[in-house]
Amino acid sequence: MVKEKWQEVSPGCMVFTPGNAREYHTGSWRAERPIWDNTKCIKCGICYIFCPEACIGQDADGYFMADLDYCKGCGICAQECWPGAIEMVEEG
Amino acid sequence: MAKRVGMEVGIAAAEAVGLCNIDVAAVYPITPQSHIAEHLSNIVADGRINAEFITVESEHSSISSLCGASATGARTYTATSSQGLMFMHELLPIVSAMRLPIVMGIANRAVSGPLSIWNDHSDIMPQRDSGWITMFAENGQEVVDMTIQSFKIAEHKDVMLPASVNIDGFQLTHMVEPIEFPTQKEVNKFLPDRKPFATLHPDKPITMGAFAMPDRFAEVMKAKDVAIVNSKKIILEVWKEWEKQFGRSYNPVETYKAKDADVLLVTMGSMGETAEIAIDELQKKGVSVGLVKIRLWRPFPTEELKAAVKGAKVLAVTDRAVSFGGVSGPVGMEVKSLFYHEKDRPLITNYIMGLGGRDVTVEDFIKMAEKAVEAEKKGITEEYEFYGVRG
Amino acid sequence: MIEIRWHGRGGQGAVTSIEMLALAAIQEGKFAQGFPSFGPERRGAPVAAFNRVDDKQIKIRSGIYKPDVVVVLDPGLIGLVNVTEGLKPDGILLVNTTKTAKELREQLGFQGKIATVDAKKIAWEELGVPITNTTMLGALLKVAPTVKMNSLKAPLEDRFGKIAKKNINALKRAYSEVKISKS
Repeated sequence: MVKEKWQEVSPGCMVFTPGNAREYHTGSWRAERPIWDNTKCIKCGICYIFCPEACIGQDADGYFMADLDYCKGCGICAQECWPGAIEMVEEG
Repeated sequence: MAKRVGMEVGIAAAEAVGLCNIDVAAVYPITPQSHIAEHLSNIVADGRINAEFITVESEHSSISSLCGASATGARTYTATSSQGLMFMHELLPIVSAMRLPIVMGIANRAVSGPLSIWNDHSDIMPQRDSGWITMFAENGQEVVDMTIQSFKIAEHKDVMLPASVNIDGFQLTHMVEPIEFPTQKEVNKFLPDRKPFATLHPDKPITMGAFAMPDRFAEVMKAKDVAIVNSKKIILEVWKEWEKQFGRSYNPVETYKAKDADVLLVTMGSMGETAEIAIDELQKKGVSVGLVKIRLWRPFPTEELKAAVKGAKVLAVTDRAVSFGGVSGPVGMEVKSLFYHEKDRPLITNYIMGLGGRDVTVEDFIKMAEKAVEAEKKGITEEYEFYGVRG
Repeated sequence: MIEIRWHGRGGQGAVTSIEMLALAAIQEGKFAQGFPSFGPERRGAPVAAFNRVDDKQIKIRSGIYKPDVVVVLDPGLIGLVNVTEGLKPDGILLVNTTKTAKELREQLGFQGKIATVDAKKIAWEELGVPITNTTMLGALLKVAPTVKMNSLKAPLEDRFGKIAKKNINALKRAYSEVKISKS
């Protein structure tokens, strides 16, 4: 990314491209990633509800998965998944 | 045709705002600003202007709600004093960082404690570094003029910064005096509608007040500093335009019989005119003394002040606030630092006076000038002095 | 320049008096200031208020310490407040009282001009209330002709509306009934 000079800073730091936070891939902060065991998953969607990053979505069959561009690996989904379908696995 | 009327200055400040086609006002009353709040709410309630008056529950809310209103493109006004300004403090740098041209009247009053409702500058001085254009009025006429000018300056596309008009509490706010009022037509001609750089609108979303990472923050600060430094050019332009239309001239630094004077008193705010009488009396006695009045506090008029005091041997800088444990009073520090690199720099004495409503008379200014004359002979013995304090 | 200090109690209208006088003077094209003693106001507590009137621009903004004229709206304040403090030796003391100038002179030891008027009686008869501020304005115009009586008409009408007429009558009566003692 090209770093702005002070002359190039937009007045008031205003941002004119709505939704451009999407370009910022916070998934790089992740130490662990969630892995779903679809044999245990009952598609209740509690992981989807609790994800603070709102990065969990459904695949074509209705199973859940995290968008790893944004998943920070907080583990809340694994904690809340009462059928025990999500496991946190170390990155790397 | 302008009309000369007798009016209390606080009421006049509200009347001036009433001429400026504001969209939103959010004002929380506090002594000695209350008459501005009350009268402006009357003007709105009576339907004299088409504006929204938000009856907020605190000063923190008044400035916060104006942030939102100003971001949508509205012309906005608030006024406060002392503790109210301290309560706003958190928001003030945000307003300037978001480049929102909010105009604020400040009825200057001491800050607690001990509790004091009377006039000094200890409320505005802690706001010094908040990025607001800050000017001081000397009389009721200037309060009216500067209030109208401030909208034009603040909203200018090359400025986009908030501005405050400082009005000494009681000494000015509660004084009935003659004031010349421009007509609505004249003000409309001088002050066109605000043309915002960008506005918050659901149809065209943008982000204001975003955060900045360390790799960007310093550039943003530099840009804000350059913006307020460069605002002086626009301030001068607007004042020239005002003079052309209304005949009253405004300069960042005003002088009174200062030419060739050895000693110059330096004042800011309503005490300037009282000091003029002291200068008249001293010059009659043959004392080489003049007066310099700082009208624009931020951006600080560096070149103008240097030019105004050229050739003077001593500057007697008066301060109406204390920087506890600092080198001098706030104005004293500013002036001293300005002259450090000058080859022929004057001696600078600093008198802290008029605190918490303590009256400063013609005789007091004469004594301060005489002390400065003495300092010219004997040199400076202390960085600053609490003038007239018993002990 | 003439400097005037008004003594009254909170609620007696001293601040209205200074405002009316300043507005009248400014309307005449003169320069004037009107200001209260700065601070909180409490009904019934002694208050002071001030006027400066001049033909040229008034620069001074400090307090008034050596008035040319002192106006006392409430005789009960004498003894409670030092009403002659700083009053110029050749100045004028104007009091709403039933006492004579001689009695006041003995009580206060003031050697200058003393003017007396029973403003309370006038106010009762003309206004139906014992509020003497506008009445005393009339007496002031007699002892210290700072503005024309006619110039007070507009500010009074603006402030008092329907009852302005009564106030003007009271003012006129005080103007003719005030007694001046030269010492």
